[in-house]
Amino acid sequence: MIATESLSKRFPRVTALDRLSVDVGPGVTGLVGANGAGKSTLIKILLGLSPATEGRAEVLGLDVATKGGAIRERVGYMPEHDCLPPDVSATEFVVHMARMSGLPPTAARERTADTLRHVGLYEERYRPIGGYSTGMKQRVKLAQALVHDPQLVFLDEPTNGLDPVGRDEMLGLIRRIHTDFGISVLVTSHLLGELERTCDHVVIIDGGKLLRSSSTTAFTQTTTTLAIEVTDTDDHPDGTRAVRDALHARGVDVLDGSGGLPGAGHILLLTAQGDETYDLVRDVVADLGLGLVRMEQRRHHISEVFTDSEQGSEQSTDAQRKEAVGHGG
Amino acid sequence: MAVEYPTATQSGDQTRIHNIGYRSYDGPRLGRSYATRSLYSQSLRGAYGLGRSVKSKVLPMLLFVVMCVPAAIMVAVAVATKAKDLPVDYTRYAIIMQAVISLYVASQAPQSVSRDLRFKTVPLYFSRPIETADYVRAKFAALASALFILTAAPLLVLYVGALLAKLDFADQTKGFAQGLVSVALLSLLFAGLGLVIASVTPRRGFGIAAVIAVLTISYGAVSTLQAIADAQSLGDGGGSSGAIAWIGLFSPVTLIDGVQSAFLGASSAFPGGVGPSSGEGALYVLVTLGLIAASYGLLMRRYRKVGL
Repeated sequence: MIATESLSKRFPRVTALDRLSVDVGPGVTGLVGANGAGKSTLIKILLGLSPATEGRAEVLGLDVATKGGAIRERVGYMPEHDCLPPDVSATEFVVHMARMSGLPPTAARERTADTLRHVGLYEERYRPIGGYSTGMKQRVKLAQALVHDPQLVFLDEPTNGLDPVGRDEMLGLIRRIHTDFGISVLVTSHLLGELERTCDHVVIIDGGKLLRSSSTTAFTQTTTTLAIEVTDTDDHPDGTRAVRDALHARGVDVLDGSGGLPGAGHILLLTAQGDETYDLVRDVVADLGLGLVRMEQRRHHISEVFTDSEQGSEQSTDAQRKEAVGHGG
Repeated sequence: MAVEYPTATQSGDQTRIHNIGYRSYDGPRLGRSYATRSLYSQSLRGAYGLGRSVKSKVLPMLLFVVMCVPAAIMVAVAVATKAKDLPVDYTRYAIIMQAVISLYVASQAPQSVSRDLRFKTVPLYFSRPIETADYVRAKFAALASALFILTAAPLLVLYVGALLAKLDFADQTKGFAQGLVSVALLSLLFAGLGLVIASVTPRRGFGIAAVIAVLTISYGAVSTLQAIADAQSLGDGGGSSGAIAWIGLFSPVTLIDGVQSAFLGASSAFPGGVGPSSGEGALYVLVTLGLIAASYGLLMRRYRKVGL
């Protein structure tokens, strides 16, 4: 889908991309990086809108330097920022954008109705966009990127500004873009945690350099931390401690979850090795007769991956995990 | 599945719910020039508030009516009094109504480009097949066309009225044609200036004020200076009529006035009624075309920087 070869972009004072070579196949690919890591610059180059200083890039087998127009006809783009005029309805706006992608008028209207339904906009699509919630606006932005049935979409921070529920819905929708619609996705975010649940493949860039590119399964194996919270009972006035001891007896080390945060003392953190860890926790809690309040994967902050890769993954110390607690959840 | 749902199987009931799922699109993709034309027609419609809220239709439609009503009245008078000629030349009409035209440019030029900048819709356009030049051309052509409709419609009213009043056909047709050329030039010039000014600011209010300032205030200032020059030239025996023509180069309205009085047989609205000589007139044409070209160039430069 996308291939870059020592792609560089230098501005007078900053180097936005530094000899980036990456291959992206079909499916959902996450592009992760801190703000200013070069994500948006990369998308700009891939759309053929900004020439690279050095190196080359291909999208759908077309060279970005010479075939920009052809690429943009087959690719959708959802920007990070607001881009919707408030005084027109979603239908009108998306029809217009469909025609701007070259769809004939009738097809543009049909595709608009279909696409808005797929992203979850129904009756409200006839009202002016100005009155929409952030979640609805994000859906309109997504719809305009999909309306011409592209082969590939670039989604720039699609979960920005959404509440946790809206975030999950958006991530589900992104997953469906590939599984149901058959469109490949390149989605950027600065949160690795939300991408590893959605993407098949994650590319991490920092300071314009490729830090890591691997499938998500490889990622989660090394980084999944499980958070557990249990109730107290009369038999076990300190349920947390009881579970900790029981797990310890079974040979599973519980990490120090205090982290100095209020309430964090009740949360146990442990490294999940796979499905057996989940089963073990369930059995232990059930044996003790406690109630399991939560068992969830901690969202990892991107900085954790950076420190990991800088220091070598074998030395992931407690100090870093503490930091993860601070950022997580 | 063990459970069976009583679906729409009742006889005679045609209603069914289909889950169509996602349908891909295999139809034609008409590409860049079609997209440019779509942007043109959307912008042209937008210039009269079509496809937008009721509120945004009010001003352009009102101005359109204001432009046409005097023409209709003139025609009515001409027909009723069986006059031998229309009270106003075709070429003169737009100059008389310049305030209305300026107001229209001031309201619609920012509407056309500042909105896209303010709500950051421009990057969406450029993420599609069109290029910077296509965007600029579509917007320029759309506003110029909208202005042409605004300025040519009253001329058409005058022309039809003149024919109804059985005025001389050849005469009227020639005048009408000259009027159309003049308003076409005016439309291009005003659209260019309006868009350049409006494209600088994403704030609509600033855009409106700046366009009014450039079009109307410059006309006021130039007319005043011309009147002073005229008064002085009367004092020293017509020596400085050249100055009137030179001053006229500095406002869009007098520029058009100069061009048409030199080449399109119009009577000049300059003080003293003396338009530029044909030598000076050539300069007027050059300056007008130069300004139109410069506006286009500036717009191209402005939008080259506006990427994503």
